[in-house]
Amino acid sequence: MKKINRRDFLKIFGGAAIGATALAACTDDKERTTAAIVEPPKDKMTMRVNPKTGDKVSLLGYGMMRLPVKEGGSMREHPDGTIDQEMINRQVDYAIDHGVNYFDTSPAYCQGLSETATGIALHRHPRDKYFIATKLSNFSPATWGFDASKEMFGNSLKLLQVDYVDYLLLHGAGMPSQDAEGKPLSGMEAFQLRYMDNGLLDWLVEQHDKGLIRNLGFSYHGDVEVFDTLLRWHDEGKYHWDFVQIELNYLDWNYANEINPRNTDAVYLYNELSKRNIPSVIMEPLLGGRLANVPDPIVAKMKSRRPEDNVATWAFRFAGTPEKVLTVLSGMTYMEHLKDNIRTYSPLEPVTKEENDFLMEIAKDIYDLKTIPCNECNYCMPCPYGIDIPSIFSHYNKMIKEGLLPHNKQSEEYRKQRRAFLVGMDRSVPRLRQANHCIGCGHCVTHCPQRINIPKELHTIDVFTENLKRNGQVEEMAL
Amino acid sequence: MLKKLRIALATVMMTLVTLLLLDFTGMLHRWLGWVAKIQFLPALLALNVVVVIVLVTLTLLFGRIYCSVICPLGILQDLIAFRPRKKNRYAYSPAKKWLRYSVLAIFVVALIIGVNSLVALLAPYSSYGRIVQNMFQPIAIWINNLCSNIADHYGSYAFHPHEVWMRSLPTFIIAVATFAVIAVLAWRGGRTYCNTICPVGTLLGFFSRISLFRVQFDADKCRQCGKCEHNCKASAIDFKAMDIDLSRCVVCGNCVEQCNFDALHYKMVSTRKVQPAVSAPDNTASGTPADTSRRSFLVGAAIATASIAMAQDKKKVDGGLADVEDKLIPERQTPITPPGSRSAANMRTRCTGCQLCVSKCPNGVLRPSTGLLTLMQPTMSYERGYCRPECHTCSEVCPTGAIQPISLPQKSSTQIGHAVWIKKNCLPVANGTPCGNCARHCPAGAITMVPLDAADNTSPMVPAVNEARCIGCGACENLCPARPFSAIYVEGHEVHKEI
Repeated sequence: MKKINRRDFLKIFGGAAIGATALAACTDDKERTTAAIVEPPKDKMTMRVNPKTGDKVSLLGYGMMRLPVKEGGSMREHPDGTIDQEMINRQVDYAIDHGVNYFDTSPAYCQGLSETATGIALHRHPRDKYFIATKLSNFSPATWGFDASKEMFGNSLKLLQVDYVDYLLLHGAGMPSQDAEGKPLSGMEAFQLRYMDNGLLDWLVEQHDKGLIRNLGFSYHGDVEVFDTLLRWHDEGKYHWDFVQIELNYLDWNYANEINPRNTDAVYLYNELSKRNIPSVIMEPLLGGRLANVPDPIVAKMKSRRPEDNVATWAFRFAGTPEKVLTVLSGMTYMEHLKDNIRTYSPLEPVTKEENDFLMEIAKDIYDLKTIPCNECNYCMPCPYGIDIPSIFSHYNKMIKEGLLPHNKQSEEYRKQRRAFLVGMDRSVPRLRQANHCIGCGHCVTHCPQRINIPKELHTIDVFTENLKRNGQVEEMAL
Repeated sequence: MLKKLRIALATVMMTLVTLLLLDFTGMLHRWLGWVAKIQFLPALLALNVVVVIVLVTLTLLFGRIYCSVICPLGILQDLIAFRPRKKNRYAYSPAKKWLRYSVLAIFVVALIIGVNSLVALLAPYSSYGRIVQNMFQPIAIWINNLCSNIADHYGSYAFHPHEVWMRSLPTFIIAVATFAVIAVLAWRGGRTYCNTICPVGTLLGFFSRISLFRVQFDADKCRQCGKCEHNCKASAIDFKAMDIDLSRCVVCGNCVEQCNFDALHYKMVSTRKVQPAVSAPDNTASGTPADTSRRSFLVGAAIATASIAMAQDKKKVDGGLADVEDKLIPERQTPITPPGSRSAANMRTRCTGCQLCVSKCPNGVLRPSTGLLTLMQPTMSYERGYCRPECHTCSEVCPTGAIQPISLPQKSSTQIGHAVWIKKNCLPVANGTPCGNCARHCPAGAITMVPLDAADNTSPMVPAVNEARCIGCGACENLCPARPFSAIYVEGHEVHKEI
């Protein structure tokens, strides 16, 4: 579709960079198109094949963690919002109609409401038209027990209104955690406690053999020791992984480890899986939207390369290009995102070698900004002390991206930037939820899939804000 | 001519005073601060001799022009009484001397013995300040917040959102009641309040009685039509006697302009006396007693802020905001007064409760006191913010000298109180959570974290306050995670100290 569009474009503009004058000069009405964006085609979706089951899976997977709410947007913007089931049904219908057949949910998504909504929407379609992926999402030590986990799985089947699950994941393997007493656990310790010591993994393998779980895999966040161990088990034949879900995008490809030493570059993760012929399911192709919202100079750079593509298209093309990628998940709240993504993958135009180099250059540009790698997944929330962590990071990053972060008191821009930072912070976060109220209890640290040292970052922002407040010009002091 | 000049000056003055009182951005007082400082009573309390002498001299020369063009409460009454289609609605009434002088006497006694709540209640400029701060500033802030939302939409940082909150219910009620009384009196009888209750009006009346310039009858020209009397909002003209009560005349110029026969002139006093005729007192505009029982039934609805109620569910992992309980005011043995006020006594005897400092405080610290003797005077508390090191706005705006100018370095070494630790509330003690937020934010570096048990280095770290370094700014109290009562709070000092 992109090609056709571009061909039209080239036809109209004579295949050269011709400006508005040329457009005005173009008088042949037959050659004009009325719109640049057209309905995505229904039958062009790129499909990937699961080597074991032969499932033909759409390259675009629907992530059910950002479902629309009636208040507008998703629960990220309206934590107390009401799920807009009607809108979900429409979008799911549209997706299935356009070849999307992989739906990824979890008992934890949308404050526990995602599976129900997904079940309602999918139940209206024949069972062989879609694959369901859900997870064992026991983040709270209270649900780590064998019985509680069994109950969670049973509950998933019930809410999703299905007899079997196509893809089941151990949720967040590698994430550090805390035990019931609040004692910190490393990623490996947490994995042991959650899935091994209670015999849960063996029980899941049983369900797999019984056909209740068609594919068993895990989603990986964080501690690379866990990733390596699980793959070693695979090699040793102890457990078999039908698929693995990893974070992959052009920024994490080479920079995940540079941005945060606790994380692992996607290139390593993908290659390890690829070697073993394990299909990868891709999460965070857009880094929670961060790669769709890059600073203006970077947008310009990307646009000048492919003027008709938006920046998100680049990220999806990148994530879909490696051939052992089974599907790329996107949490689509809005219909236009769904349409955009279907267009990108109907069919996929793989990233060329030159384009790949170009994206690596873009990744370096983004890395050099030194933003906080928060993609507002809200897993850290609620903070027991009421801090609005994602909003604070988001405002800080926004100031960086817009080049408004004040540094030098002597600079001419300082006054304007100081005002933007302080006023913007008060607008986006009520004062009693700002960084200076963070006591550093560390409750959030283990929840962050990006493994950000949240209290440290909050304290840095607090000190930064405090210095700004104290260093104003006289008439602007009272901000 | 006299009237036009008066209206022009009054308009300018009213606009400036109102802007000064409405402003919550902390930008205007640098240019407009003087309009509060030339008010009579504040100048008197600030011992601002120059202003007092100028005002008295002005009155001796020109009569009570102060009441017509400088006092915002006076101008407010003219605004309320302005009913162009209802002419000839006033009539002469003799001065209510007994009431006027008793109020003045009570006022002076209250001032001397330090019952300042009464002083604050009667002070005209302060009454206007309270009305604006309590009734109109919230509207201004709401408009600002609306603009802020719109500006946000367009990526502009021109407007800074501010919170609207009720600082003190009694003061709010007093402000609304004062406004109601003033409005009713002015609507019905023009300057009744100025000439029966206002102590400044009565005091200036002594001087205006002998003013050099005054409105005078020309007996040769006067046809006794009575138009002047019926348009005198001070009820000071007795046309039959051709007499003007100069102690009540506020030199508005209405009579001069109304007279069709050119019989009234504002000019230098002449020795020629007009023979007074006996006149029947006509009492139409009598002062109604203050309706202090007026309820502020709007209060709750208007200022109520929505609280976030969100139960914290263990299994919820993606999102939601935990409820943050509002902080409550601790029971302080000694109230805290702002840096620059020097002592509780200085504050008590000089402040007239105009709320200018309260309306300016950008950190939500100042609010009117509810104590009987200090009613409406500012006091500090740290539930919403603390006295930040870069701010000394209140000391810049205070017109009465209750809060005297204090530089930022001076402020940072002025002890207005000291922090007190409440072991029971402290998080590390209560549930072992490491904290130290107070120590991390103390601008004076007066807090050190020490082990609870000196013999055991692994015991929870708790704050130790060096009282000698603490300045009482309240950063620790405000940022303490313990709610509703902080685990560290500031106890005020009667007399401020340099440290």
